Amino acid sequence: MYAQMVKSEASNDDPALLAAFQARIDAGEKIEPKEWMPEGYRKTLIRQIGQHAHSEIVGQLPEGNWITRAPTLERKAILLAKVQDEAGHGLYLYCAAETLGVSRDELTEALLSGKMKYSSIFNYPTLTWADMGAVGWLVDGAAIMNQVPLQRTSFGPYARAMVRICKEESFHQRQGYDIMMKLAQGTPEQKAMAQDALNRFWYPSLMMFGPSDKDSVHSAQSMAWKIKMNTNDELRQKFVDQTVPQAEYLGLTVPDPAVKWNEEKGGYDFSEPDWAEFFEVIKGNGPCNAERIEARQKAWDDGAWFRDGLMAHAAKQRTAKVAAE
Amino acid sequence: MAVALDLDVALFEGLCRLGDSTLVLGHRVSEWCGHAPVLEEDIALANVALDLIGQTQLWLGLAAEVEGRGRDADRLAFRRDVWDFRNLLLVERPNGDFGHTLMRQFLFDAWHQPMLKALEDSHDPRIAAIAAKAGKEVAYHLERSADLVIRLGDGTAESHGRMQTALDRLWPYTGEMMMSDDTDRALAEAGIIPAPDSIRPQWDAVVAEVLAEATLKAPDQAYMHKGGKQGTHSEHLGHMLATMQWLQRAYPDSTW
Repeated sequence: MYAQMVKSEASNDDPALLAAFQARIDAGEKIEPKEWMPEGYRKTLIRQIGQHAHSEIVGQLPEGNWITRAPTLERKAILLAKVQDEAGHGLYLYCAAETLGVSRDELTEALLSGKMKYSSIFNYPTLTWADMGAVGWLVDGAAIMNQVPLQRTSFGPYARAMVRICKEESFHQRQGYDIMMKLAQGTPEQKAMAQDALNRFWYPSLMMFGPSDKDSVHSAQSMAWKIKMNTNDELRQKFVDQTVPQAEYLGLTVPDPAVKWNEEKGGYDFSEPDWAEFFEVIKGNGPCNAERIEARQKAWDDGAWFRDGLMAHAAKQRTAKVAAE
Repeated sequence: MAVALDLDVALFEGLCRLGDSTLVLGHRVSEWCGHAPVLEEDIALANVALDLIGQTQLWLGLAAEVEGRGRDADRLAFRRDVWDFRNLLLVERPNGDFGHTLMRQFLFDAWHQPMLKALEDSHDPRIAAIAAKAGKEVAYHLERSADLVIRLGDGTAESHGRMQTALDRLWPYTGEMMMSDDTDRALAEAGIIPAPDSIRPQWDAVVAEVLAEATLKAPDQAYMHKGGKQGTHSEHLGHMLATMQWLQRAYPDSTW
C-alpha cells in the first residue's frame, strides 16, 4: 500500500451534480478524465495517485541499494527488472495523475519540497541481502493487498494502471519469497540474515496500511467515492493472516509474541505497531528520510542540463523544420 | 604442442573478453538505478543493464563450458580477482556525469554492434547463436546512445560542453577495442571471433557520422591505453569487484 493517510478534500459543488456523480459511482461506472467530477474527488485523487507514484520512484532506492551487490547474475537481473518495473509503475501513475490536470514536474517539485509524501516504508534502510527478500515478500505483499481492490476503483485511468501494476507486483512478491526460501534453507548465517530482515520489516510493513480505522478520519468520503476500497484495519488483518503461515513455512518467527490464531474471528491476533514511530517517520524523522529526498533532489538537479539539452535540441529541430517548409 | 588445446585456451580468453566487458559495463550502468535525470532514462538504463547482464550469462556460461574445470558463469563473475578479468578498459571507466555515461555507452555500442554482427558468422555455432540474440538488443542500444549523443551534443552550450569533455576523456580508451594480440589472431584465423581491427572501418564510420551530427570533435590524440584484455586494469575495477563480489566472498559457497 503506497498511499497512506490521504486527506479527502471537501467539495463545494452543486448538490444535484454531486448526487448524480455519486449515483454513477454506486452503479459501478468508471469516471473518465474529461467527465465532470467534484473538485474534492479530483484533488483527493491527485494526492493519492501522486503519493503512490512518488512511492514507486523513491522505492527504487532501497532496492537499488543492492543491485550492485546482488550475489548471482540471475539475482542481479531479477532485481534490475523489478526496480525497472517500479520506475514503469511510477510512469503510468504520473500519467494517470496528468489526466487530472497536474504535470509530472509539478508533482516532482511537490515531492522534493516535502509538500507531498511517499510511503513510510521506504524510509527504512536495506541492510543485508535478506532485505531484498523481505521487501519483496512483505512490502510488495502489503502493496498487493491494497492494490488488488484498487483495480475496481472508480477512476478509469487509475483502475487500469492498477491492473497492469498488480500483475507485476505479484511477480515481485514471488521473487522476494524465493530469496527468503533460499536463505531459510541455507547456512545458519543465511537463516539468521533472513530472521533479522523479518524482525526489522515486520512492524514497518504493518504500518503501510496506515493508522487504525478509529484514528483514520479521511476514510468515509474516499470509500464512498470508491477511491479507497477497504479500511486500513481490514487490509492489515488480511495481510497478517496471509503472512504468518508463510513465515511458518519458512521456519522463521514473526517478531510478535502476541501473534496467535483466533478461532472466533477466523484470523490472527497481533500487536499494533508503534504508531508514535509511524508519525515520526511521516514527519521526516525516519532512518532514511533525509537520504531518500537528497538522492531524488540530486538526480533532479544533476539532470537539469540533460533535460535542458534535449529540449534545446528539439526546439532547434522544430525551427529547422519550419525553415525548410 | 596440440593446436586444438591452444585454441580452447584462446577461446576461453576470447569469451571472457566478451563476457567481462558486458558484465563490467552492465554493472556500471546498473549503478545509475534510481538516480537518472528523468524517469524514462531510469527505465532505459535498466533495460540496457539487463541486456548486458543477460549476455554475460551466455558468454561466461560458454567460457566456463569451454574451460571444462567445473566453474560456471557465476563462479567466473564473482570469484575471480582483477588480474583474471579481461574486459576493455573503456567499460570500467567510472560513470561520471550522465554525459560521460552516455558517451562511454555510444563508443562501446559502435564497436559492439558490428562485432556481434560479424560473430553471427562464427564457425562456432554456439557463438553465432549468442551473437544473433545479443545483436538484436545491441542494435537498439546503439540507436539509443547515438541519438542521445546527437541531441545533447547539439543541445545547449552546457550539454555540448559536457559531451565534448566526455569524448575527450574517453577517447584514449577506444583504441583497445580494435587492437589485436596473439589470442585475437588465433581466434580470427580459426574463423571463431573476427579480428578486432576488422571492426575498425565500421566503428570509424558510425562514430564520424554521429559526432558530426552532434557537432562534436574527435580529439587528435593518437595515444591509446591498453591492457584490459590481458588483465592489466585501472584502479577502478578493483573497487567495482569489491562491491560486486562482496556477498560471494563473505559467505563463500552459499546458495543464493
